[in-house]
Amino acid sequence: MSSIAVIDYGMGNLHSVAKALNRVTDMRIEVTSDAELILRADRVVLPGVGAMRDCMGEIKRLGLDSVIHEVVKSKPFLGVCVGMQALMDFSEENEGTQCLGIIPGTVQPFARNLADPLTNQKLKVPHMGWNQVYQLIKHPLWKDIPQDSRFYFVHSYYVQPATPDPVAASTAYGHPFASALARDNVFAVQFHPEKSQQTGLTLYHNFVNWNGESP
Amino acid sequence: MGLAKRIIPCLDVDKGRVVKGVKFVNIRDAGDPVEIAKRYDAEGADELTFLDITASSDNRETMVHVVEEVAGQVFIPLTVGGGIRELSDIRRMLNAGADKVAINTAAVSRPEFVKEAAERFGSQCIVVAIDAKLVSKEGEPRKWEIFTHGGRKATGLDAVEWAKRMVEYGAGEILLTSMDRDGTKIGFDIELTRAICDAVSVPVIASGGVGNLDHLVEGIVKGHADAVLAASIFHFAQYSIAQAKRCMAEKGIEVRL
Repeated sequence: MSSIAVIDYGMGNLHSVAKALNRVTDMRIEVTSDAELILRADRVVLPGVGAMRDCMGEIKRLGLDSVIHEVVKSKPFLGVCVGMQALMDFSEENEGTQCLGIIPGTVQPFARNLADPLTNQKLKVPHMGWNQVYQLIKHPLWKDIPQDSRFYFVHSYYVQPATPDPVAASTAYGHPFASALARDNVFAVQFHPEKSQQTGLTLYHNFVNWNGESP
Repeated sequence: MGLAKRIIPCLDVDKGRVVKGVKFVNIRDAGDPVEIAKRYDAEGADELTFLDITASSDNRETMVHVVEEVAGQVFIPLTVGGGIRELSDIRRMLNAGADKVAINTAAVSRPEFVKEAAERFGSQCIVVAIDAKLVSKEGEPRKWEIFTHGGRKATGLDAVEWAKRMVEYGAGEILLTSMDRDGTKIGFDIELTRAICDAVSVPVIASGGVGNLDHLVEGIVKGHADAVLAASIFHFAQYSIAQAKRCMAEKGIEVRL
């Protein structure tokens, strides 16, 4: 029977990711930090909330960095929130943190004086709540998800890929930022599909049915 | 188009049941938390907040089970408050499926707790709940003070200054309740809401006093709140969440429909 590994590195609300996956599939879901189990799984989710320094620290301490580098070569892989940010080269969080370097680019903070360009109204940070996701590419993970659907976000940093080609969706908060990335068998989202009600469950459903091929 | 303003129904939980009191007395039973949570989710609630109103250790155990059960069926953000005093309380609630915890009394008794919690779990899951009461006399400049123990115990802390300090310490969100308005159904304390919302850089949830849908609109338009929280208008099916959202959308407020 096929299985999904949800990488557990001691950070964040892994259980809600597992619960959402449970809702959309009968596949076995392993919430684990065991390298063997992760390497053996058919697909892998890297979730995460919290500070980047702690996240990367735990990933390295558990020896999961090399495991992640291995699985992103071939398995359908989904990064969520900090799990998306960790794929980049470097994050400015915590006075600068080296990340996994899987997708070229950096992680930047929202500016302190962030404002809505139309109304000039000051915007709060963290960017928290339901915002619209504008799909820039066709992708199996967007199946049955209408353009501009709302997903739940909570973050103070956002990814800035070195080139625009991996950007799969854009969201506006003061300015547009990359809210989803796609490259080959890797997909990553800044929002929390596990907290985005039916739309989020649809994305997980698409992920568990994805063969890892990009259009 | 952009980030939507949020509507958050609040479930006050006592011994595994949802209850609602007026000014923390006259507790009325409003039903089973899991059933109510599912109904609100289906109606389009943007998040749910569970408050353990007795904050006793027995109740905490019950609350963990409630959160576990809700988290397996409802896929929107869940906040749990009441009796969060230790880092281990936060860990347990997050493991049960909560996304955020609301810290109230423990922040007042030891502000450093908020710092430790934010460092350990990240600001995104630390909500500081503030219960404020107007203490200035008529004609004086408005001043609100922080109260604990359900509004019975004064602390001498200025509400605006306290909110700013909590954000500095790592609070990712402020849940602001006017103790003068809570349960009265006469609307938010708009001046208080605006004073706090304009003073801090993080999102603020306005609470206390909602009696009709226009009150929700006022909290956002006049109070500058990022989210509005209400209990009794939803529990007793006076209004549905969907109705509230339509009303807000008609007034030009961006909501998730």
